[in-house]
Amino acid sequence: MPNKKQDLIDQKLQDLNNDGVDRRGFLKCMAWAGTGLVWTLSGGIPVSRAFAKNYGKDAGKGGDFSFVQISDSHIGFNKPANPDVTATLETAINKINAMPHKPDFIIHTGDLSQLSKPSEFDTLDQASKGASAKQIYFVPGEHDMLTDNGEQYLQRYGKGTKGTGWYSFDHKGAHFVGLVNVANLKAGGMGSLGHGQLEWLEDDLKGRPASTPIVLFAHIPLWTIYPDWGWGTDDSEQALSYVKRFGSVTVLNGHIHQIMQKVEGKVSFHTAMSTAFPQPAPGTAPSAGPMKVPADQLQRVLGITDVNYVVSGRSLAIVDSPLGA
Amino acid sequence: MTGKNVWVASFAAAVVIAIVLQLAGSPSVAANDQSSAANAEVKIDNFSFGPQTVTVPVGATVTWTNRDDIPHTVVSTDGLFNSKVRDTDEKFSYTFAKAGTYPYYCSVHPKMTGKVVVQ
Repeated sequence: MPNKKQDLIDQKLQDLNNDGVDRRGFLKCMAWAGTGLVWTLSGGIPVSRAFAKNYGKDAGKGGDFSFVQISDSHIGFNKPANPDVTATLETAINKINAMPHKPDFIIHTGDLSQLSKPSEFDTLDQASKGASAKQIYFVPGEHDMLTDNGEQYLQRYGKGTKGTGWYSFDHKGAHFVGLVNVANLKAGGMGSLGHGQLEWLEDDLKGRPASTPIVLFAHIPLWTIYPDWGWGTDDSEQALSYVKRFGSVTVLNGHIHQIMQKVEGKVSFHTAMSTAFPQPAPGTAPSAGPMKVPADQLQRVLGITDVNYVVSGRSLAIVDSPLGA
Repeated sequence: MTGKNVWVASFAAAVVIAIVLQLAGSPSVAANDQSSAANAEVKIDNFSFGPQTVTVPVGATVTWTNRDDIPHTVVSTDGLFNSKVRDTDEKFSYTFAKAGTYPYYCSVHPKMTGKVVVQ
């Protein structure tokens, strides 16, 4: 890993440690990474790696189980930023299948489709069938609820869910909560969970031991990344107040088509890459629209740089290393 | 062509122009001109409505065109109109029958807001 990059990370950590906020550590990295992330829950502490990473010495070490997060497939998108989003989704699924450490399941954090069309969902289903991990947990993105208040999405992926598609489940001692923050959005606002869902969440978490590892996942970030582009959720503070008492909380989001991370107290926030096309870093372009890169670099921005979370002492450390040219 | 003929041609042209101008000044033609000038176009570019505020007379039609690579909607905050999803280059028009101020937004990207003022 280049020293410059490490210096930058150290500098950022230093800067953030001086902001007067009590945090165990704060990580921020925006690098184009794998088309998905592998999560290993080891002793309640989630550790992620870009899934294309060769596990090597870490394979099978310590983790109780792992799962993969993919996001923003945008099936149906056919603009210059990526004329074949089905192919890149299939590449992502092939990479999941090729992992030596088999994930127990896949989480898709929304924007399965571009226009909520039945044919787009059909294509996603067809591609998903190729995954060796048979269980896929979904939450909708705003693109999946463009018509009929999300009926099409709910019929296909929302069986047994509440409201506009929220739900929770337990897996090997961890508690997972899929939240919907793309429905009934208000003029001028950002993402929104809404009163009904917040009440349900409070109730869902009530009575669970503080030692239970909690994983919240939703499409739009549950932390405010860039309000000008709507990259945040208006009522996420309230949702996060319900998880404060837990010892390990991981929040997984998509929507922004790039990796960003933050650790605040016991809560780790992460956003995933898209399997379809990259979006610009906040404020670096006139808008958040799809970012066109040269065709021979598309695979690179979707899948080559690797991000790992490594537990080191009191705070997490991040190492990003390109897999190849 | 001789100089005289050129003068005649110019004169003839001037007469034709004068007649056209006179027609344009007649009430029926003026009404047409006024309504076409009153209709307004709003472009959706880079996740924003431009112009953000349009002012039109009663009876005018406003047409929105999505020029982004991402679908948007045009939804009245008061529930008066709803474009449904508009993909790239798709349009939506609404004719405003009553005076008033009509705020609207994109229900997919609610940070995108605009306003139609009907006078």
